[in-house]
Amino acid sequence: MSASLGILLLVFFGLIALATVPLGRFITRVFTGEATTTGRVLGPVERLIYRAAGVDSTREHTWKEYALATLAFSVLTQLVTHVILRAQAALPGNPTHLPGVAPWLAFNTATSFTTNTNWQSYAGESTMSYLSQAVALTSHNFFSAGVGICVAIALIRGISRAETDKLGNFWVDLVRVHLYVLLPMCVVYALFLVSQGVIQTWAGPASWTTLDGATQAILRGPVASQEAIKMLGTNGGGYFNANSAHPWENPTPLSNFVQIFSIFAIPAALCVTLGEMVKNRLHGWAVFAAMTMIAIAGIVTIAHFEHQGNPVLWHEGANAVASAIDPSGNMEGKEVRFGIDGTALFAGVTTDASCGAVNGMHDSFTPLGGLVPMLNIQLGEVVFGGVGAGMYGVLIYVLIAVFLAGLMVGRTPEYLGKKLDSRDIRLASIYILIPAFLILIFTAAGVATEVGRAGILNTAAADVAGTTWKPAPHGLSEVLYAFSSAAGNNGSAFAGLTAYSADHPTFYSLFLGIGMFFGRFPLIVAVLAIAGNMAKKKRVPPGPGSFPVSGPLFTGLLVAVIIVVGALTFFPALSLGPIVEHFQLH
Amino acid sequence: MAKHSVHKSKSLWDPAILRPAALDALKKLNPRTMAKNPVMFVVEIGSLLVSVLFVYDLARGAPVDVKFQLQLIVWLWFTVLFANFAEAMAEGRGKAQAATLRKMRTTTTAVRIRGAGDAKPLTPGYVVGAGDTVSATDLRRGDVVVVPAGELIPADGEIIEGIASVDESAITGESAPVVREAGGDRSAVTGGTRVLSDWLKIEVAQDPGSGFIDRMIALVEGAERQKTPNEIALTILLAALTLIFLVAVATLEPLARFFGGSLGVGVLVALLVCLIPTTIGGLLSAIGIAGMDRLVQHNVLATSGRAVEAAGDIDVLMLDKTGTITYGNRQAAELIVVPGVDAAVLAEAACLGSLADETPEGKSIVELTKKGGAEFALPPGAVFVPFTARTRMSGIDAGDRVVRKGASDAVIAHVKALGGAIPDTLQPIVDGIAGKGGTPLVVTDGARVLGVVYLKDTVKPGMRERFERLKAMGIKTVMITGDNPLTAQTIAAEAGVDDFLAEATPEAKLAFIHKMQEGGRLVAMTGDGTNDAPALARADVGVAMNTGTQAAKEAGNMVDLDSDPTKLIEIVEIGKQLLMTRGSLTTFSIANDIAKYFSILPAIFTGLLAFQATAGKPQTSAFWALNVMRLGSPQSAILSAVIFNALVIIALIPLALRGVKYRPLGAAALLRRNLVVYGLGGVLAPFVAIKLIDLAVRGLNLG
Repeated sequence: MSASLGILLLVFFGLIALATVPLGRFITRVFTGEATTTGRVLGPVERLIYRAAGVDSTREHTWKEYALATLAFSVLTQLVTHVILRAQAALPGNPTHLPGVAPWLAFNTATSFTTNTNWQSYAGESTMSYLSQAVALTSHNFFSAGVGICVAIALIRGISRAETDKLGNFWVDLVRVHLYVLLPMCVVYALFLVSQGVIQTWAGPASWTTLDGATQAILRGPVASQEAIKMLGTNGGGYFNANSAHPWENPTPLSNFVQIFSIFAIPAALCVTLGEMVKNRLHGWAVFAAMTMIAIAGIVTIAHFEHQGNPVLWHEGANAVASAIDPSGNMEGKEVRFGIDGTALFAGVTTDASCGAVNGMHDSFTPLGGLVPMLNIQLGEVVFGGVGAGMYGVLIYVLIAVFLAGLMVGRTPEYLGKKLDSRDIRLASIYILIPAFLILIFTAAGVATEVGRAGILNTAAADVAGTTWKPAPHGLSEVLYAFSSAAGNNGSAFAGLTAYSADHPTFYSLFLGIGMFFGRFPLIVAVLAIAGNMAKKKRVPPGPGSFPVSGPLFTGLLVAVIIVVGALTFFPALSLGPIVEHFQLH
Repeated sequence: MAKHSVHKSKSLWDPAILRPAALDALKKLNPRTMAKNPVMFVVEIGSLLVSVLFVYDLARGAPVDVKFQLQLIVWLWFTVLFANFAEAMAEGRGKAQAATLRKMRTTTTAVRIRGAGDAKPLTPGYVVGAGDTVSATDLRRGDVVVVPAGELIPADGEIIEGIASVDESAITGESAPVVREAGGDRSAVTGGTRVLSDWLKIEVAQDPGSGFIDRMIALVEGAERQKTPNEIALTILLAALTLIFLVAVATLEPLARFFGGSLGVGVLVALLVCLIPTTIGGLLSAIGIAGMDRLVQHNVLATSGRAVEAAGDIDVLMLDKTGTITYGNRQAAELIVVPGVDAAVLAEAACLGSLADETPEGKSIVELTKKGGAEFALPPGAVFVPFTARTRMSGIDAGDRVVRKGASDAVIAHVKALGGAIPDTLQPIVDGIAGKGGTPLVVTDGARVLGVVYLKDTVKPGMRERFERLKAMGIKTVMITGDNPLTAQTIAAEAGVDDFLAEATPEAKLAFIHKMQEGGRLVAMTGDGTNDAPALARADVGVAMNTGTQAAKEAGNMVDLDSDPTKLIEIVEIGKQLLMTRGSLTTFSIANDIAKYFSILPAIFTGLLAFQATAGKPQTSAFWALNVMRLGSPQSAILSAVIFNALVIIALIPLALRGVKYRPLGAAALLRRNLVVYGLGGVLAPFVAIKLIDLAVRGLNLG
């Protein structure tokens, strides 16, 4: 690891840790209903919303009611988005006169944004009208992030409460997280982005005369408003096809750093919220430490392999030694503005979290450099993770770690005074099983069917015995990455894969859509069921015999469980993709 | 702590257990039995699949690597058999104990003098020849039988008339006979014990087959074993892991076909079997049975596995003061003179006043006064004055010498009546003793107050250390006593218990347990009396003393045959050991997978992608680079992993049966220790073991 990367990581995680405390405490106060300054200003608006919507803000939900409200809200908003996308041609805010979005693409995109995945089988600027982008998609960027945080808070409440069946009111939580957390932050953030050069306009494409005299239309639109929540809500769906590599989405090194920072801001803050709400701050920091360790290991690994570059090119005479004017390494698919370290940091962070925004092409990474983002997603995006989703995901791993290791101290495993029973374990198992099934089975289906293979870009140079399709490990990686990204609700891609084309509109649209939907909502139901089960239990006061959930031992245990469970599940498939590709190159 | 026991632990590799266990291992291959254990069931199905395909391929003349496939099949079946063998061994050890118990149940006859439901009044006393002689197995709950001296008691029951000495050595291993009588706390008798003297009229408490011994037999044999809550949770997690690996392995075939290859069922099953947690899956039920077995070795019988598991979780231990923490009677601890009196004078008077006192207190005073070596002769013509409830004094009258000892107010009244003066210094001494929870007895000679005898409860030696040990385990000890709070406090402080419940009534005990449980704590207690029954039933772990009443035994979920209340400590340790063994072996099992991946994956993928030589380098297979252990060949790599996977089950049987050693450390220290041994050890050990097996396999030219 170079000194500059070391400094970058130190500054980055130092700032994250610093920002985490006030933001985490603020979020705690928002959800425990304690008075905040913003609460005094915006309180009347909040009450007005409840009155208008007929919500009894004092009535709390059981886990089933909470889950039902979450599902109803998500499915309903997904339908609205679907309709807007299909009908955008007839709706205002369409200065480039784009046609309605094709049926399968509309389904895939609506699912994608509802599930906080933001997988994009299209180029935003040439497919979506301004209205679709700014209203349909951006609102989902808010809602899906809000829902994630609500579910995480409901789970933390379930853990911290005892002998109750109430987890809070979903509608109240949803309104509060938007009104007090997401909206105010995004307003400020969007203005900052504009100051850096991100555009925000409702005017149509700019017309430009190129050097050789041709007229070029440069597509633009309301970008900053979408960009802010895209990062802060770990959504990742770019306004432009090039995502955060586009100069109008991410113009400067400062905007680049702030964008990466904003991906982790809320997920990291939720660690502090966890510690505050369960009244065990050290536990929150232990979880934070575990996440930080895995994140740094991943980023350093990406940077290492990207700096190393591609040995095949060395054989062809490419420069393999970094110098002042040549960074060497693998610069394919990377912005010169950001360089290898800036791209590695972005790639690690965007896949640790379920963001999926990119400032470089993951598909062009070296095999093992590209393995890391894929593995990050496959671990369940619990390294800070998606807003809310990362927190509830990591808590599932905490439960499994506590269950496995808790037995080793000679007691029925207990987490923060709650004894773990077979129901908790069954639900946690479901949480781990579903994404693993979705990823592995759909990937197998993808490479086993002609329609699935049709989307693959990378093929072998020569024919391969027993096949007609010139298989290459990187082709498998593209499919594996796509389904990992969908089931993990990430949204980034090995973009060589053509997931939507006029010839094959259905296969990936449908199966990625199923992956996204079932990678999100059944897990949310399982999490809320665990929350309900936890809330019911009595709390056992901690004693010298209770399992310690803070300190280096616990942090190490949590890291080990996350890595071992994730790695054991995906190691065989990864062996046939990036790992063998690596050995082929070396 | 256990006294000599009839339930001696058998040597682990006793052939008497091994031979039937080997047979049982085969019997357990029955899929209906196997289905209860999802992990091993998958292994059995996999083995079956590979075997059938092998035969099919041979039959149709397809090219088969017979040597490799055959070895693979043999080791896959061994994996299942070894797991079955572990379970059968644990059960066998239980059965050996059950056989001892069953001897007691050999059919006896009984003299039934009244059938169940019959309302006819019983003739009091023992009438020879009355009643019908019936087989013990025909007795029903509510029947009344009469058992004369020399006969076996035919069934568990309650004495309704008579008193007799009973030999209970068959179940307790204690050779001294015990007295059993109607009424009170010693009225329960157990079937299979023998009346030595007199006779007993007993109302049968159990229908045949549900008696105490029957339940014991069923439990130690494992026949009635039901999975405990914790075991169920673990089974679910293991099943989930199995499912994940099933999908991870099954999807490999389409991935391989994408590259134009095929992995084949044999190696896929081999990979699956190595990855799913067979080590813990194979040993899980053996661990549970062995936990029960260890309890029996400590002469404790549990009515359910759930109780054993709960014992590991105990937060609060309620111990009766009398008989458990203290000797149960107050003993003279000190003689305190009133200023101006010679110590020897007080000693003599105290001794004289107690010589005729046959109570333990009186004897202890005499012993204490003689400690100085002095001998006090009884004055001639001495007349004993016994203690009465009215005078609350005892002593002797010898001529005009009147020596008394007794409760302070009674003695003061006595002195005043004789016209004596009460020294001002007396009251502070008396108050001081009472303040420490002791009992002050004032000693007088005539009208002269000599001093005070300090009686106090004596804590048994070694109790403090045991409570320290419990505290280290994170268990709170609570002393229960009928004493007043002051006395209770002194004893509690002396014994080192954390808390006490003074002036305890059965209701107070029940309320205390309830309060603790409301706070989320698990409570264990011991008891023997009928009035303990509600609290025993309420407690999470209720250990009834074997000497106790039938009601107490029915209410609790364990019975201690030694009737040793401090046995609770061992019971808790056994419970913890059970959970720790499960956790440690699970961790070990999962950690093993890393090495297995590195031995099998390179081997099974090695045929794939051999075509893709790039950059001028000939590459037979890029995958063989993953073979970090440098195993000899793909075949030997796969075989070595499968062989390791099977052998590790056998290797861990002793650990599963004996349990991971429990140390009374804090949770953090225990966790660190076990994580290093079973987690890190589980990662590293198979790398070494698989490499060694690979060397052996190649050395024997098997792969």
